[in-house]
Amino acid sequence: MSTIAKEAPKRIHPHKFTLWVAMGSIIMMFAGLTSAYIVKKNQSSWLEFDLPVVFMYSTLVIIASSVTVHLATKAFKAREMGRYRMLITVTAILGLLFMGLQILGFMDLEARNIALTGARSNSAASFLLVITGLHMLHVLGGVIALMVIFIKAYVSSVKNYSSLSIELVGTYWHFVDILWIYLFIFYNWIS
Amino acid sequence: MSNEAVLHAPAGAGLHHEAHGDHHHEHHHETFISKYVFSMDHKMIAKQFLITGMVWAVLGGLMSVLFRLQLGYPEASFPWLEDILGKWAEGGKITPDAYYALVTTHGTVLVFFVLTAGLSGTFANFLIPLQIGARDMASPFMNMLSYWFFFAASIVMLSSMFVEFGPFSGGWTAYPPLSALASASPGSGTGMDLWLIAMALFVVSSLLGGLNYIATILNMRTKGMSMTRLPLTIWALFFTAVLGVLSFPVLFSGFILLIFDRNFGTSFYLSDIFINGVGALPNEGGSAILYQHLFWFLGHPEVYIILLPAMGMASEILSVNSRKPIFGYMAMVGSLFAIAILAFLVWAHHMFVTGLNPFLGSVFVLLTLLIAVPSAIKVFNWLTTLWRGNIRFTPGMMFSIGFVSLFISGGLTGIWLGNSALDIHLHDTYFVIAHFHIVMGVASMFGMFAGIYHWFPKMYGRYMNNTLSYLHFWITLAGAYMIFWPMHYQGLAGMPRRYYDYSVWESFKQFAELNRFISTVAMIVFAAQLLFLFNFFYSVFKGRKVTTQNPYGSNTLEWTAPINPGHGNWVGEIPEVHRWAYDYGKDGKEFISQTTPVGADESSH
Repeated sequence: MSTIAKEAPKRIHPHKFTLWVAMGSIIMMFAGLTSAYIVKKNQSSWLEFDLPVVFMYSTLVIIASSVTVHLATKAFKAREMGRYRMLITVTAILGLLFMGLQILGFMDLEARNIALTGARSNSAASFLLVITGLHMLHVLGGVIALMVIFIKAYVSSVKNYSSLSIELVGTYWHFVDILWIYLFIFYNWIS
Repeated sequence: MSNEAVLHAPAGAGLHHEAHGDHHHEHHHETFISKYVFSMDHKMIAKQFLITGMVWAVLGGLMSVLFRLQLGYPEASFPWLEDILGKWAEGGKITPDAYYALVTTHGTVLVFFVLTAGLSGTFANFLIPLQIGARDMASPFMNMLSYWFFFAASIVMLSSMFVEFGPFSGGWTAYPPLSALASASPGSGTGMDLWLIAMALFVVSSLLGGLNYIATILNMRTKGMSMTRLPLTIWALFFTAVLGVLSFPVLFSGFILLIFDRNFGTSFYLSDIFINGVGALPNEGGSAILYQHLFWFLGHPEVYIILLPAMGMASEILSVNSRKPIFGYMAMVGSLFAIAILAFLVWAHHMFVTGLNPFLGSVFVLLTLLIAVPSAIKVFNWLTTLWRGNIRFTPGMMFSIGFVSLFISGGLTGIWLGNSALDIHLHDTYFVIAHFHIVMGVASMFGMFAGIYHWFPKMYGRYMNNTLSYLHFWITLAGAYMIFWPMHYQGLAGMPRRYYDYSVWESFKQFAELNRFISTVAMIVFAAQLLFLFNFFYSVFKGRKVTTQNPYGSNTLEWTAPINPGHGNWVGEIPEVHRWAYDYGKDGKEFISQTTPVGADESSH
C-alpha cells in the first residue's frame, strides 16, 4: 500500500499549521458573504454608488503595514530588538490608522445620504458595512496580537530566540492585507 | 453475560499483558479544578463533551416526547403537564406556541449540541491523540476553550427556555422573516436573541475544536504513522473537522446578516412585510431565499459532520469484532473524501421548491444522487467486512451493525428525496422526517452508542453491564424502526411536518391511531435511554474493572496505553508504528498490533 505522506524530516509547527487552517476558515466566511453579495446584486432594487475614495488610501496603508511587519520579522531574526520593537509599533499604528480610514469611508457614505443601516438602507450599502466591518474586526485581532508580542518583547526577562510568535502574527497580518485587497478588487471590479 | 464470554477469550498472542504503570507517572500536581473543570487533557475534555451532550440528549429527547404527546393524543389533556410546563400547557394541553418552541429546540439541540458537539467533540478529542500516538492535541488550551465555548452556548440556549415568551419557535433552520423580526412570533424576540448568541458561541467552539483536530492529525502523528496507516476513525474525524471548518463560517456569515436585519434595520432578508398589529414594514429588496442558501451551505455539510464520525467508528468496531481487516481500506478513505467533496455541492436540494431554476435543480439532483456511489461503497465494504467474519457480538458491535442497517434503510429514501420532481410532493412532509431521522439522527446516535460501549473501558477503566446494553440495543433498534417507518407512509400520503393537530384535517384523520402508536413507542424508547444512562453512570463508578490492557484484542494504539492513562497517555516513549491498523487474522495470528514490526516473511501494508 502506498503512503500518501512520508515522514517529513522537519514538520511545520502545529501552531503555524493551525493558523493556515484558520485562515482557510476565514476565507470561507468572506467567500460566503461575497457570494451572497453577488446573488443579491443580481436581484431587484440594488443601489449603485461610488466607493468612498478614502478606501484607496486605506489600501495603501495596509500594504505599507505588511511591509513593516515583514521588516519586523527580519529584524527579530537578526536580533535587532530596538528596530523590531519600533517596526511592530509602526505596524500596529498603521493597522489602527487603516481602521480609522475605513470608518471615515463609512462616514463619507452616510454624508452622501447612502444609509448603511436602518429603515432607509439599501442592502448594497449594508453589505459594504458588514463585509468591511468584519474585515476591520480581523485587523483589530491582528493589532491585539501585535500588542501581545510587543508587551512580551518588553516585559519578558528571559531572552526569547524563537521567532514563532512574530512569524505567526506576520503571516496573519499579510493574510488580512491580502483579504482587504481581494475585497477592494471585488467591490470595484468583480461585482 | 461477561465481556470475556462475548469476546471468546481470544487465543492471540500478547493479549493478556498485565497492566503496568497505572497513573503513577503524573509529575505535575493537579488540583480538582485543573483536573476535572478547566482540564487541558484531551481525555477529560472528551468526557466533558460527552456528559454535556448526554444532558442535552435527555432534554432534547424529553422535548420530543412532549410534542409527540400532543401529536398522539390531540384530544386528551394531562393535568401534570400544567404542573411542569405552567402557562405553556394550560389545562394540561401543550399550547401551539409551546409546541413550536419544543419542535424548534428539539431540532437545534439534537443536531448541534448532541450530534455535533456531543459526538465529534467526544470522540475526536478522545480518539485522535490516542489513536495517532500523540500526547495531546496540537493546542490543549484551544481545546479547553472549545469546550467552554460549548458550555457557554449550552447555558445561553438553556436560559432561552426560561424567558417570558419562550425560546425561538420558528424551526431549527431559523428562516427569516420569523427569525428576523422580533414581532413575528412570541419566540422571535428574546428567545431568538438568545438562540443566535448560543449558536454564535457554538460556531466558535466548533471552529476551535475543528482547527485543533486537523492540526493534530496532520502534524502530531507518531513515528511510522503515515496517513494510510491511520485507523478509519481518524480519517472520518479528519474529514468531519474539515467540513466543519469550511462550512461553519458560512453559517456564521448568514447569522451576521441576520443579526443586522434584527437589530440594525437592514434589509438583507426582508422585503414587503406586513405584520398583524404592527403594520407594513419599511424593509425593501431583501431576499429570504438568500438566508436559505447561506444556511444550507452549512446545513448540508452539517449532515455529514454528524454522520462521518459514526461511519468511522462503525468501520473500526466492525473490523475489530469481525476479527477481519476492514474490506477496501483505500476505498473507505476515498469514499469519505468523495462524500466530503459532494457535501459542499448539494445544498440546493433542500431548496427545490423555493422557486429554484429547474435546470439548476437538475444539476443538484445529479450531484445529490452521486452521493449514493460513495455511500454504497461504504455499505458494501461494511457488509463484506462482516462476511464470514468471526463475529463477536459485543454491545459496540451490535450498535455498529444497527448503524449499518439504519444507514441503508435511511439512505435509500434519500434517493427518493434527491429527485426534484418527487420532492414537489414529498417536501416538508413526514417522509422527510422519517428519512433524516433514520439516516442521520438515529444512525449517528447508534454510532455514538457504539463508540461509547466500545471505548468505555478505555475511558473509565471499567466495563459497562452487557445485559442492560443488549436490552438497550434491541429496544432502541426496534423502537426506532417502529417510530420512523410508519412516517414514510404518512409522508407519502402528503401529511405535512410541523402541524400542531392533524385530527382537524379530513385527509389526515385516518392517521390518528398510527400517530398514537408512534407516540407510545417514542415514550418507550425514551425510557430505554434512561436504562443506558443508568448503566453508564453506574459503570463509571461501580463497573467491573478492566484488568487487561487490550480487552478486545485490538490493533490500534489506544490499547497500548495504560488502562487508566494519565495526561500524556503513554508512560515513557510513544510507541512507534510499523503497520496499518487492520492486520486481523493474518498469517494465522488473530491480531497484530500496529506496534509490531513487520516480520521478514510478511508483506507490509
